[in-house]
Amino acid sequence: MFKTHEKLERSTIGFAVAIMIAASIGGIIEIIPLFTIDETVEDVPDMRQYTPLELAGRNIYIREGCYACHSQMVRTLQDEVERYGPYSLAVESKYDHPMLWGSKRTGPDLARVGNKYSDQWHVTHLNNPRDVVPQSVMPSYGWLLRTELKYDDLDRHLAALKKVGVPYTDDMIDNAVADAYGQSDPESDQASGVFERYGDDTNVRAFDGDRRKLTEMDALVAYLQIMGGLTDISQVQTDDVNTVTKNISGE
Amino acid sequence: MAMFLALCLGFGGFFLGVIGQGDPIGVHGYLIAFVGYLLLFLIVHSFYSPNPSPKRVTRYFDDPTKAGIILAMLWVIIATFVGDWIAWLLVFPEATFDAGWSSFGRLRPVHTSGVIFGFGGNALIATSFHVLQRTSRARLPDQLTPWVIIIGYNLFCLIAATGYLMGVTSSKEYAEPEWYADIFLTVVWVLYLLLYLRTLKRRKEPHIYVANWYFMAFIIVMAILHVFNGLAVPVSLGHAKSYSLFSGVQDAMVQWWYGHNAVAFFLTAGFLGMLYYYLPMRAQRPIFSYRLSIISFWGITFLYMWVGSHHLHYTALPQWVQTLGMSFSIILLVPSWASAGNALLTLNGAWDKVRDDPTLRFMMVAAIFYGLSTFEGSFLAIRPVNALSHYTDWTVGHVHSGALGWVAMITFGSIYTLVPWLWGKKEMYSKKLIEVHFWLALAGTIIYVFAMWNSGIIQGLMWRAYNGEGTLAYSFIESVEAMKPYYVARAFGGFCFFLGTVIGLYNIVKTIKSTDLELAAPPDKEPIVHSSDALTLQTAE
Repeated sequence: MFKTHEKLERSTIGFAVAIMIAASIGGIIEIIPLFTIDETVEDVPDMRQYTPLELAGRNIYIREGCYACHSQMVRTLQDEVERYGPYSLAVESKYDHPMLWGSKRTGPDLARVGNKYSDQWHVTHLNNPRDVVPQSVMPSYGWLLRTELKYDDLDRHLAALKKVGVPYTDDMIDNAVADAYGQSDPESDQASGVFERYGDDTNVRAFDGDRRKLTEMDALVAYLQIMGGLTDISQVQTDDVNTVTKNISGE
Repeated sequence: MAMFLALCLGFGGFFLGVIGQGDPIGVHGYLIAFVGYLLLFLIVHSFYSPNPSPKRVTRYFDDPTKAGIILAMLWVIIATFVGDWIAWLLVFPEATFDAGWSSFGRLRPVHTSGVIFGFGGNALIATSFHVLQRTSRARLPDQLTPWVIIIGYNLFCLIAATGYLMGVTSSKEYAEPEWYADIFLTVVWVLYLLLYLRTLKRRKEPHIYVANWYFMAFIIVMAILHVFNGLAVPVSLGHAKSYSLFSGVQDAMVQWWYGHNAVAFFLTAGFLGMLYYYLPMRAQRPIFSYRLSIISFWGITFLYMWVGSHHLHYTALPQWVQTLGMSFSIILLVPSWASAGNALLTLNGAWDKVRDDPTLRFMMVAAIFYGLSTFEGSFLAIRPVNALSHYTDWTVGHVHSGALGWVAMITFGSIYTLVPWLWGKKEMYSKKLIEVHFWLALAGTIIYVFAMWNSGIIQGLMWRAYNGEGTLAYSFIESVEAMKPYYVARAFGGFCFFLGTVIGLYNIVKTIKSTDLELAAPPDKEPIVHSSDALTLQTAE
């Protein structure tokens, strides 16, 4: 074995190729099957896409690096299920390009935060977290309320997402800009289109409390309120949707 | 040729600036254009300086290495400063400006990328050029490519860091730069690989030395990881924003396949390359075991690529992948400890030097931290342990025991060895300052790591604690409050480490500038002139 290696280490290209082969095997075996094995992601009929406004909010969440301190992945552990809610399923982040499961909880997990607090609570909290949670170490995001949302190019965002596999229809892409506005102003003409395209359960309201102005706060709160709400499947969690329930079946 | 490249950079940047009006990508376009024109000016300016002597082919080409060392030191100062700043932000969340760029979430990637890519990357590129030439007895094949690599790479780091401040991020951990920066880095990286292979082709030593195996693994595997993890569709050419090709569970696996192997091939393999050259050189002892080197090299190259999934225990990732990740993580301890052991056993017979020489002590402590962090890594990868440790500060402590204890210490040891050689000095300006730097770095690291062990384990235990009635004992915010003393300690430890880096740069600058340390002859052997360079030399004679 060491004799062969003496030969190998005399060849530049040979050595480089050997490294490539040795390093490729692990990734090939662990990653490719995730695309081919059907059970990897559960099949759910009621899973919906993000609305343009929620998507814009998600992009703000990414921009501000929220994922560095908040995970979006409730693990299959009893205490987590009791603290945050039903454990997360693969299908719930099926349309997340990229996923935001996170790796650190300086603050709590947010996978189930949707509809847990009021819009007003979120607005106050984001503006200055210590107004509602005095001990909080979260930064204040004062500029969200002050900054108008840039939403005139959301159709192109939806089109890009369609290219990577999110099933946005042409109708959704064409009306993305109007839908973004409509979702935050229930009294506008554009509001009805949002229900039509994304379902009657879609949150349509002035998230930041002011329906005349579409701010970054509107978008971010719209996103926070839909977390965990793209499908109802997680509320069921029977044995046939996931095989790892034994971890939470304890006491 | 250099002018042409600079001009391309200038025009390319300008084009990006124009089509990206109103988007952060436009700002980056003008930044690139500015750098391009600045380079053009410098190149034209250099036409007035005297022609370089053709004799240069009888010497190693070390100017890019010198630049890389200084840049690495500048980056580590910036990055640890930002790191310490955000550490204090967790103690005093109000102690910042009311603006996006100064908030924790945007500064954090400046810290992480600054340390990994700014500091680590520059140190690796610089030392790899140096080691490659010495161990091959060959000069780098041309003068332009190494400069393109150093300048291009630092431009990438600059785009990345300024982008984060403007909110440009792909959110992929340790791969946050957006698509255009990724493409640019890919070009630079391929040039780096080609330069490495071209130089090895010219080598006058029959065998490729161990350090070069690691540097090659670092370059090749990072290229593979970077390309696949970065696959994305941009919104348009005028948008910085792109959407990852992968989603959900597949994206999670790809990101941690990348993420953990950035640790493996950037922060481990590359720095092992450094260790395998500078440690034996400084200690004046041969590597303890050649066979152990072979086993640990291939062990690391093969096994590491399996372990990324241990970041996703108990998640929606299928359990078979989690189990594979955990199993390979445990096996990985064998080659890891083989490397650490090989390094420490090399010091046998030189322990008196370790006692007296702070530079060698930096490298010794690095090997110890490498051993400790890899043990801790395998331990944390075990599912039930991970149930407690994951999402807590324990992970942060683990990363820093690797980054501060191993990566930074081996780099400082190597830099203090290298600087007097490169600038032709007898020794560093002040041994005492190296000693001060050493103790600040070691104390800072230990304070940091202990603080995070405490906070991480307390967090984990509080989250899962039940009271007598069978309900959760603590609210989340109670666990946040309990962290305060540890966050103060961490920020203090980080400050010690930061202070050490400033002293380090001061010492290096003083060494370079000193005249009384001057050496008459360069300390190392000359390269053997390659046939393609022989003509240049002949015409000169």
